[in-house]
Amino acid sequence: MSRALHDVANGTLFGVALNYQGLLNQRIAEFEQAPYQKPPVKPVLFIKTPNTRNGHDRAVVHPQGERLQPGPALGVVIGKNASRVSVENALEHVAGYTIVNEFSLPEDSYYRPAVKAKCRDGFCSLGPELVARDQVANPHQLSLKLFVNGELRQQNSTANFVRNIPRLIAEISEFMTLHEGDVLITGTPEGRIDVLPGDTVEVEISGLGRLVNHIVAE
Amino acid sequence: MKHARIRFEGEVHLVHVEEQNAVRLADGRLLAEDQVQWLPPATGSMFALGLNYADHAAELAFKPPTEPLAFIKSPGTYTGHKQTTWRPDNVAYMHYECELVAVIGKPARNVKRENALEYLAGYTVCNDYAIRDYLENYYRPNLRVKNRDATTPVGPWVVDVADVPDPSNLKLRTWINGELRQEGSTKDMIFDIPYLIEYLSSFMTLQPGDMIATGTPEGLADVVPGDEVIVEVEGVGRLVNRIVSEAEFFSARNEA
Repeated sequence: MSRALHDVANGTLFGVALNYQGLLNQRIAEFEQAPYQKPPVKPVLFIKTPNTRNGHDRAVVHPQGERLQPGPALGVVIGKNASRVSVENALEHVAGYTIVNEFSLPEDSYYRPAVKAKCRDGFCSLGPELVARDQVANPHQLSLKLFVNGELRQQNSTANFVRNIPRLIAEISEFMTLHEGDVLITGTPEGRIDVLPGDTVEVEISGLGRLVNHIVAE
Repeated sequence: MKHARIRFEGEVHLVHVEEQNAVRLADGRLLAEDQVQWLPPATGSMFALGLNYADHAAELAFKPPTEPLAFIKSPGTYTGHKQTTWRPDNVAYMHYECELVAVIGKPARNVKRENALEYLAGYTVCNDYAIRDYLENYYRPNLRVKNRDATTPVGPWVVDVADVPDPSNLKLRTWINGELRQEGSTKDMIFDIPYLIEYLSSFMTLQPGDMIATGTPEGLADVVPGDEVIVEVEGVGRLVNRIVSEAEFFSARNEA
């Protein structure tokens, strides 16, 4: 685990759900029905509580009797407080980027907050390091790959975001400050898979490295 | 005993609260309630309960839940006693919610309800404001409704567990500009504090400083800039807040 990353990214972990076009499109017909009534208007946000923090090369506990799914995501680390910032100025508030594996139980429904699915101990791995903003030429052109025991199981590109990073920062900071040290988890693409105790799970994002975790039984 | 966090002359202090809400600093100085800036007494995650009073669930036309409906708040939404909260421009309905809050005192994992109170640091009060115009049916109640800057007053202090012998029989009351608008009792909670600690700790570790906001009874009403809103939980505390406009809030913050 990179000490520098965990010293800088020490704030609240905010997740964005349904931020990949493919994932949103898969469910859009369902989202016209009850209980949703209409597709989301604003970013769909959730919070990963501090007990979920985990790091590179660490274990993730597979809860007994549940299904566990990794969530490969690009993490945006906030570098200075962002309150009511414009799309144009949003990236100035970013310190850099890291890889996030946002573990979750499967989400059949998005209607109620997913505390039980997402807030278990160690369910948010970050790392291996913080890559400074100016080291990433275009954060909206990064490939995301998920490997389980060396086999590629899920892949996508940040080019497929529903909302790009400046737009997320602008829309979120309209009502709540993104503080220095907060991490914005920009979403997990469609095609989440199950993992089991004994599996080695790796998330690779181009230019950011590979974040490794080991699934262990409870 | 009552424990608070305050800011005085630029420094944050942990204090004891004495008669007439005077605060005693560690160095022995005694300061009046209005001499200090009151901060939220705890800064962990807040697990807030929706629909945890049967009468309130009925008021919102919901069936009472069979499993706790918990949502999470992060520290940026907290503000202290006697501070201001902003009402956004052009909204139709912003309401208060008076709630008893249990504050966690030590890490809690797989705790049974019989032992739950051993894990508490004490109790406080919160006003879990909501802007209903922004409700969406995704992770409802969504963060835009419930996790806005400075829109969850918490405090004024944490009172010791021993000083609240029966937390399941406390009167909750809210006043707007001195007029009583909400009245209920914690005896009408659907899921009580020991149950909520058992439930949450069954799948995660609750941390010291985390808070469980236990929901609000019926009696909601709109609040507008200029209103003084007081929420009180009998035997725990009386938390004062003033509503300001969006422009007033952000211009004051930019000057600070």
